[in-house]
Amino acid sequence: MLYLQILANGLVLGGLYACIAAGFSLVWGVLNVINILHGSFIVLGGYLAYFAYVNAGIHPFLSILIAIPAFFAIGYALQRLMINRIIAAPVLLTLTLTFGLDLMLSNGMILAFTADFRKLVLEPPLGTLAFGAVVLPIDRLAAMLLALALTGMLYLILSRSRIGRAIVAVRMDREAAALMGVDVKRIYAATFGLGAMMAGASGPLLVMIFPISPLGGPAYLGKAFVICVLGGLGSVPGAMIGGLVLGVVESFGSLWFGPEHAITLSFSLLILMLLFRPHGLLGRKGYE
Amino acid sequence: MKRDATGAAVLFALVALLPLAGEAYWMRLGTIVLMYGVLAMSWNFIGGMAGYPSFAVAAFFGLGAYTGAVAQKFGLPMGVAWAGAGLMAMIFAALLGLALLRLRGHYFAIASLVVAEVLRELVNAATDLTGGGMGLNLPIPAMASIDAQARFFFYAMFGLAALTFAATLVTTYSKLGFGLRCIQQNEAAADMLGVDTTFYKVSGFVLSGVFVGMAGAVYASWVYYIEPPDVFDVLFSVKAIVMVLLGGAGSVFGPLIGAALFLGLEELVWRNYLEVHTGVLGLMIVVLVLFLPKGLLSLSRRFGRWRPLA
Repeated sequence: MLYLQILANGLVLGGLYACIAAGFSLVWGVLNVINILHGSFIVLGGYLAYFAYVNAGIHPFLSILIAIPAFFAIGYALQRLMINRIIAAPVLLTLTLTFGLDLMLSNGMILAFTADFRKLVLEPPLGTLAFGAVVLPIDRLAAMLLALALTGMLYLILSRSRIGRAIVAVRMDREAAALMGVDVKRIYAATFGLGAMMAGASGPLLVMIFPISPLGGPAYLGKAFVICVLGGLGSVPGAMIGGLVLGVVESFGSLWFGPEHAITLSFSLLILMLLFRPHGLLGRKGYE
Repeated sequence: MKRDATGAAVLFALVALLPLAGEAYWMRLGTIVLMYGVLAMSWNFIGGMAGYPSFAVAAFFGLGAYTGAVAQKFGLPMGVAWAGAGLMAMIFAALLGLALLRLRGHYFAIASLVVAEVLRELVNAATDLTGGGMGLNLPIPAMASIDAQARFFFYAMFGLAALTFAATLVTTYSKLGFGLRCIQQNEAAADMLGVDTTFYKVSGFVLSGVFVGMAGAVYASWVYYIEPPDVFDVLFSVKAIVMVLLGGAGSVFGPLIGAALFLGLEELVWRNYLEVHTGVLGLMIVVLVLFLPKGLLSLSRRFGRWRPLA
């Protein structure tokens, strides 16, 4: 019975992980940019929800609606004004650029919010749901469902909307897309905006479950990276599978080896995947 | 090569005179700049010459620091502990390189980045050997005075920097350096033309690890207290990269110049803007990448070319 509970915990965690990784994977896949800022965007989204709840009583699920346009705008502007300038440069430069931006953002967050850990505690608490012997807190369950809904929304944007189809086209063949009249620079900016939006929108969900601090970004970034490699790069279903797998592996790993080895375990998994199945579990280079 | 060697001899002779200035603050800065120089020159072997974006500097540094510290804890003399740390970093780099250098681009970058995280977790968990999160105290070297101690570690780091520079110089003008530059330009073509790319890349990676490992051990003996987040700090990797970018990647003197400039800037920022110093460091990185992606040396070269037109 313990195993069922651990499995359920892992899947709940995995749903959130999928949401963290989907935007990161999109940016990496389309722009070939590793966005080191991704983790700090998640934390910033968490702070947005925290302060909206503490100061104005806005429920974290509602602050997602504020986070979506705000983070899309930040991401769009950042790509438009800075990253587009060196998008064709070697990998090292784009990586270093986003790293520098991340140092600035996390330093700014320390100044603005102090380095204390904060967690949003709903008042009154939502209680728990029991499925047989498996007990799940309702806030976690709801957060997971919302995370999956957000990930599904990204999937729909990419597969149904005009801009989404253009993003996919640019990923498949940039030159051909440009010849068909797609404005590649704008598509890049929109892609980065979507990535930032996913990060910012998953922040409010995470702050209900984990305490956040301005320096918590790299932990989320590491998870996003592992998930991308697990599931395959630049695909939403890949991020979903990768997220669920990582969530379950971490849950069982904590049970068997102790929680202090969670990072070692997931990074060992990462290195094994990189060496033996570099295209991820889904095993195709495709998109959507 | 002769010109580079002469220039370096003059430079190092000047630096060796620094203790005459005597002040403890300058000795400390001198020791740090030499250490930064070792990190930057080391990264240059794999990142500058071969073009592999390695973030493994922090891993080698921490590994070296802990190897040296644990060796000293068991009573080995300082020099043996430092050499042991170099050897450990060398073996680790060779094994790691064989596995990771098959990856390219972002995959290699991130895989090398997480190595430091994994090592930190392992060191944290191995409390019996390393003290875990409590850190590790090293024996305080028995020396006549604090000044003598400062001078001793300055010259230790100086010797290591000179060694690293000699290795850079020899590599640059040897077959290995040529092979690494070929790999940077076009690995597949280099492979086809008979460059043993695996051997060359692993050699470059080993060179990028061994001196950093020793620098870590010297650092540990110097500050005689280390803890995992301190020596496995990812900023060591990032600083090494920024210093090389600042000075110009792949060149002989670039990393050294970058290290000196970087330390100067870092010290200014630390002193004047303590609360926002990481933010200012980030801003420096952003400005550098956006406006001077080929380093400050490219500026002088550019002005050099402009002169005849004027």
